[in-house]
Amino acid sequence: MTRTSNPARRSAGLTGAVWTVLAWLAGLLFFLPVAWMVLTGFKREVDAASNPPSWLFTPVLDGYRQVFERDLMPYLLNSLMASVLSTLLVLVLATPAAYALSIRPVARWRDVLFFFISTKMLPVVAALLPIYLLVQNLGMLDNVWTLIVLYTAMNLPIAVWMMRSFLLEVPTALIEAAAMDGATLLVTIRRILLPIVAPGLAATALICFIFSWNEFFLAVNLTATRAGTSPIFLVGFITSEGLFLARLCAAATIVSLPVVLAGWIAQKQLVRGLSMGAVK
Amino acid sequence: MPKTRSPRRWRGTLAAALAVGLTVTACSGAGGGSSGDGTAITVLMVGNPQMEDLARLTADNFTKDTGITVRFTILPENELRDRVTQDVATQGGQYDVATIGAYEAPIWAQNDWLHEVSSYADADSGYDRGDLLEPMVASLSGGDGKLYAAPFYGESSFLMYNKELFDAAGLTMPERPTWQQVAQFAARLDDKPAGVAGICLRGLPGWGELFAPLTTVVNTFGGTWFEKDWTPKVNAPEFTAATKFYVDLLRSHGQPGAPQSGFTECLNTFGQGKAAMWYDATSAAGTLEDPDSSTVAGKVGYAYAPVDKTDSAGWLWVWALAMPKTTKNADAAWQFISWATGKEYEKLVGSSLGWSRVPAGKRQSTYEIPEYRESAAAFADITLRSIQEADPVDPGMQPRPALGVQFVGIPEFADLGTKVSQEVSAAIAGQVSVDKALADGQRLAEEAAAKHR
Amino acid sequence: MTTTITTGADATPRPAVRPTRPDRKQRWSRRAPLLPALVFAIVVTQLPFLFTLYLSTQSWNALRPGSREFIGLANYATVLSDDRLRAALVNTVLLTASSVLVSVLLGLGLAILLDRRFPGRGIVRTLLITPFLVMPMAAALLWKHAIYNPSYGLINGIFGGNTDWVSQYPMVSVVAALVWQWTPFMMLIILAGLQSQSLETLEAARVDGAGPWQTFTRITLPYLRPYLELGALLGSIYLVQTFDAVFTITQGGPGRATTNLPYEIYLTTFRKFEYGEAAAAGVVVVIGTILVATFALRVISSLFRMEDAR
Repeated sequence: MTRTSNPARRSAGLTGAVWTVLAWLAGLLFFLPVAWMVLTGFKREVDAASNPPSWLFTPVLDGYRQVFERDLMPYLLNSLMASVLSTLLVLVLATPAAYALSIRPVARWRDVLFFFISTKMLPVVAALLPIYLLVQNLGMLDNVWTLIVLYTAMNLPIAVWMMRSFLLEVPTALIEAAAMDGATLLVTIRRILLPIVAPGLAATALICFIFSWNEFFLAVNLTATRAGTSPIFLVGFITSEGLFLARLCAAATIVSLPVVLAGWIAQKQLVRGLSMGAVK
Repeated sequence: MPKTRSPRRWRGTLAAALAVGLTVTACSGAGGGSSGDGTAITVLMVGNPQMEDLARLTADNFTKDTGITVRFTILPENELRDRVTQDVATQGGQYDVATIGAYEAPIWAQNDWLHEVSSYADADSGYDRGDLLEPMVASLSGGDGKLYAAPFYGESSFLMYNKELFDAAGLTMPERPTWQQVAQFAARLDDKPAGVAGICLRGLPGWGELFAPLTTVVNTFGGTWFEKDWTPKVNAPEFTAATKFYVDLLRSHGQPGAPQSGFTECLNTFGQGKAAMWYDATSAAGTLEDPDSSTVAGKVGYAYAPVDKTDSAGWLWVWALAMPKTTKNADAAWQFISWATGKEYEKLVGSSLGWSRVPAGKRQSTYEIPEYRESAAAFADITLRSIQEADPVDPGMQPRPALGVQFVGIPEFADLGTKVSQEVSAAIAGQVSVDKALADGQRLAEEAAAKHR
Repeated sequence: MTTTITTGADATPRPAVRPTRPDRKQRWSRRAPLLPALVFAIVVTQLPFLFTLYLSTQSWNALRPGSREFIGLANYATVLSDDRLRAALVNTVLLTASSVLVSVLLGLGLAILLDRRFPGRGIVRTLLITPFLVMPMAAALLWKHAIYNPSYGLINGIFGGNTDWVSQYPMVSVVAALVWQWTPFMMLIILAGLQSQSLETLEAARVDGAGPWQTFTRITLPYLRPYLELGALLGSIYLVQTFDAVFTITQGGPGRATTNLPYEIYLTTFRKFEYGEAAAAGVVVVIGTILVATFALRVISSLFRMEDAR
């Protein structure tokens, strides 16, 4: 990015002020539900369910106390393990595959890429029952490794697609020059590919991490008491017999925090990853 | 952002990520938490306050005394049912103890999915099986007369009303009101400008949500889901009259957001003084009388479930702890069940957390504990009598083909009741007519009946 | 962010001269890096599908042990004659199309707002992307209980009244929650597109006397097309599978107003426990998906062309 804004539309004076106010309003509006979630987490249950909702209240830590009373750590660790390991596995599988679809393409790379993407379109719900029965027969229910394998399959298509886009940015001339100098494949990868592709790798990893961390459906159906992830911990705070909004918001804030922070810190990678490397 | 980043820094980032990954893998044991040398059992529980108290008290009492580690998963009711049913139906064997309700127990016992607990209870000297309330035992027994789950807490339904509002309007609630009286009261006390509804009733779809109170209305109006020979009666005049009555009452004098109101929403509405009456589970009373979570504590009157053609109409529900057949730790699991559903546990809850939080409604002896009687003075007797009057075998005006007061004890009812409840909920929202909803319901009931004839 | 200068030609992967029939060894050396991922994807996604095909020929209700038997294609007859599935299909199309469309349009608007320098731009962008990062289950629960609730929800709290949003406008309620989550996603993609526009073109247009609106519709929008397509495609892939929001916010109701295909299959699996029927419905949906996906391939192909041309 050479520029951070578009001078052609950098209007000054009143119009500029109006645009600025509009942008700020939009930002605040989109953030409002999140702010409300965080605020509600600090209310007493009675205040959280007061009619009309209260903006002024004495903050209490009841909700958070209830969250930490339950054993939060195993869930967070399971989430971390499932997300991190599946992300690593995705990168290990997707990068060479993307290489074979871009730098030295196989004959029918388009079909292969389409196959990968089409697996992403299959409804997970339809696959749940056979997956459940297969996993059960393998004795792998309630096991983090099951989630790792499934999350890898879930994120692989997007990762292959992204990594392919990033590898396309590598100038062919560079690779050919390296080959002329007699560089081995490994050296080529380390010296030429990796530096150019590393930001893309980071971007892909971030996006895979986000989707794995937030996954609920497979997790709730394939885990019991040992391998439960954060979303499972979260829904445990809903009750059909009593008030629960404040503690639910506290729990939601805690389980969303890792991904929110990661996304805030790595905004650049997020943009890069989502636009499939179209942005430099 | 600097224009370029040195590749080395990227490598550093990737290496760091890798290191984190490996570290996580190394301590992945945390995901389980090994049980040490004692036994460990896995327990799946529904996220109700009584169960949360149980989870809270287990480590410092049960585990300390027995050395048995208990691992809990707490889920909301819907997810819990999906999980447990799938696990027992496919013999997944993931749970040693699971929370089940009065609906599942007989069906699952018949499918041979549950360990019978009669032999355990009889051999357990401290358990005092004779103390369990008769309707609870009937609800949790299989066709062979054996007990297949131990009741944790039981409930019937009754009518709660806001005494302040009734006094202000000069109205008196009879001890055993009829639905027609209730409708008149609701019309009188409905105060939309002040934001006070005449009555709060469930409208949330679900066989155990909307259809719990509605089926008791159907029963007392003389209707039924099925006749003894499985003839479906969902669009029969009695069923229709009851449903129309319920929907009309809600639409004209009910709370806002009725189609999305379940127990929790009504508890909140009534507990904040926003409804004059509420017909729901007897287990609500404990929360309503707790000043920390309700603004109407001490101002609530209790009357029997409203009736029309029958003498009583209260439902019968029990949350119970059962052992799936697949458990490999039956003895440890029973120890836990025995502790959690025993007399001592109730006293432990009372003395450590407060008497209003006792998981009541399952044992005669609960109602003889002085401290409990004092804390539940307003509703203890009416709760106990409502439970004793509920008859899961003969809850209405005609003989029934299956067990259950507010549900039909057949496997198909969960799907049938839920689908029909969605239609009735849409009728409460004013999107379809009751007649159409029940005509669809009749068709679905035909399908279910075909499997039993 | 870094700058790279791309010239169309050297970004294309294919060698300029086509090698005359590469020998087998070379072909396999090209394929080798692809195989682990391909085999993994085939095993994890296609095996369950084959198993689903087998299950769909069984009459199997999990609540009736010992009731399992082969019934051929009878489940398909049941599923295809079931109007619930058709209703669910319509709902799925409605839900996906409206969520994608609205979030792309909103995302475009927000991207344009952010494509200029103003005080606090970084903060506003941070605020805007947050909804995409919040756990979908948390977001669904938040919308249902803290925002839509008629008595203590945020909307009625701000605007007064006690409208029951979820019952009155079920589809809108679900779509709004999804749009809130996906708009930032679209915004990021489109913003990336806007910021990669060459300034010379815009400058030239300005010199030629084109107004801002003309510049936008004639130059910027056509330029953004691949980005809009990419956003719509990725959004559709994820949103067509929407489950958390429907499951949490409306439970598919009132009636069947918001029951989409994933939720309908879920109900068949977990409320009816008709495993055979659920499998048959799954197969039908998969076949439908493949048909739609083949059509979507054209869109993808144009995206590939864009990449090749870069």
